[in-house]
Amino acid sequence: MMSSSSDELLRRGVEPVISIQHLRVIRGKRPALHDLSVAIARGTITGLLGPSGCGKTTLMRCIVGTQIVTAGSVTVLGRPGGSAPLRRRVGYLPQDPTIYNDLRIIDNVRYFASLYGMDARAAHAAVDAVGLQDHRTALCANLSGGQRTRASLACALVCHPDLLVLDEPTVGLDPVLRVDLWEQFRALARAGTTLLVSSHVMDEADHCDDLLLMREGHLLAHTTPAKLREDTGCTSLEDAFLSVIRRSTAPAAG
Amino acid sequence: MRILRQLAGDRRSVAMILLVPILVITLMYFMFQNVPHRPGTPTPFNNACLILLGLFPLFVMFIITAITMQRERASGTLERILTTSLRRLDLLVSYGTAFSIAAGAQATLACIVSFWLLGFSTAGSPVWVFVIAIANAVLGVGLGLLCSAFARTEFQAVQFIPLVMVPQLLLAGIIVPRALMPTWLHWISNVMPASYALEALQQVGTHADLSGTAVRDIAVVIGSALLALCLAAATLRRRTA
Repeated sequence: MMSSSSDELLRRGVEPVISIQHLRVIRGKRPALHDLSVAIARGTITGLLGPSGCGKTTLMRCIVGTQIVTAGSVTVLGRPGGSAPLRRRVGYLPQDPTIYNDLRIIDNVRYFASLYGMDARAAHAAVDAVGLQDHRTALCANLSGGQRTRASLACALVCHPDLLVLDEPTVGLDPVLRVDLWEQFRALARAGTTLLVSSHVMDEADHCDDLLLMREGHLLAHTTPAKLREDTGCTSLEDAFLSVIRRSTAPAAG
Repeated sequence: MRILRQLAGDRRSVAMILLVPILVITLMYFMFQNVPHRPGTPTPFNNACLILLGLFPLFVMFIITAITMQRERASGTLERILTTSLRRLDLLVSYGTAFSIAAGAQATLACIVSFWLLGFSTAGSPVWVFVIAIANAVLGVGLGLLCSAFARTEFQAVQFIPLVMVPQLLLAGIIVPRALMPTWLHWISNVMPASYALEALQQVGTHADLSGTAVRDIAVVIGSALLALCLAAATLRRRTA
């Protein structure tokens, strides 16, 4: 396994935010995650990359606590993933913007704020933070894709979580909006929030401190963008990823 | 509350919830107007109105709750809500309360129209009719929440209505009195909460004071509603496959 900036931080004694040991998940009759072990340090942006169906969402759901786990352990902020005291400290953005279409943006965010026990001011702040303050009274059914994602993000941010788990937040968004979102992620990380962002667009990996490369339920590599380029000798991260896949399947074939 | 806000945003639904019972009861009033009846006994309209006032809340609330809950499960908002600090019990209570408030509004309007405008009368106090209507609404919410767990799509949720509601209403005695039913049907109707709901209504219709039977029946309805809510809580799983 190539080393990552997370590993370096952990070696220096920083406590991991997420610690996963030998995680196995079976969904339907097929294994979704095979014996996965990884540790993620505080304040990093970790990109979870891999083709569709490789288990990214399943892994995120295990961390957030909505996935039945067959074996292994998931420890988040020192507690088992999904336990009650964690729910205020972990924000989750699911893959489809799961907000209520028949409500206005501000109503949606206020509702999630109340679920976390926060007041309306926190809701307003969250809406401002994602840049939707001009649209706060717009009905969610009338929003564009990017606005809907940002509204959903506001709902996840409202509780000021220590860990943000974002499932494909930039899918289907234009490049301008993507850059904007990543800037916000960077700002959050600088403020101390740990982010786990999944994507199947390899080029987004450059924005991350750390990369987790997955394929078919296996963790292929835990590395940084720079090291990945070094180790595979490719400049494009997409080529680098393909090269890693080829290397991991070659011994099995040979 | 969020649920009521969603409902309020949907003006057509609000209109339907509030006005449809009134329209149906008024329709029945005119239907029965010329039907001859023996003097000294309640008019056929009176009988029909009593049944409708009590059972409409059960029926309508079941439909609304089952479909709304189904939508939450299917759209993923339920899973997202369960990742927050909200407890499952709180979620159920908030659903129950929101829909009960809607049912209360419906029952109030229906009762006002029936008692004042259409000349509906009961031996017992109208307040008890109202109370039973609300109890039935809560029962409808509980059953709706429970059945929504078994429907994978909205299409299936809708088909639960004829499956769960119609036999119950028929067996409760709205067309054929329970006493005249074959024994095996009578036994089945004994375990259906709707039978007790209807009996409570009939008791209020014929007795001036609240009879012991009526009190027992109301207790059964509320008990069934709570049981359904508890079972529904068991179906709200945080962790799914």
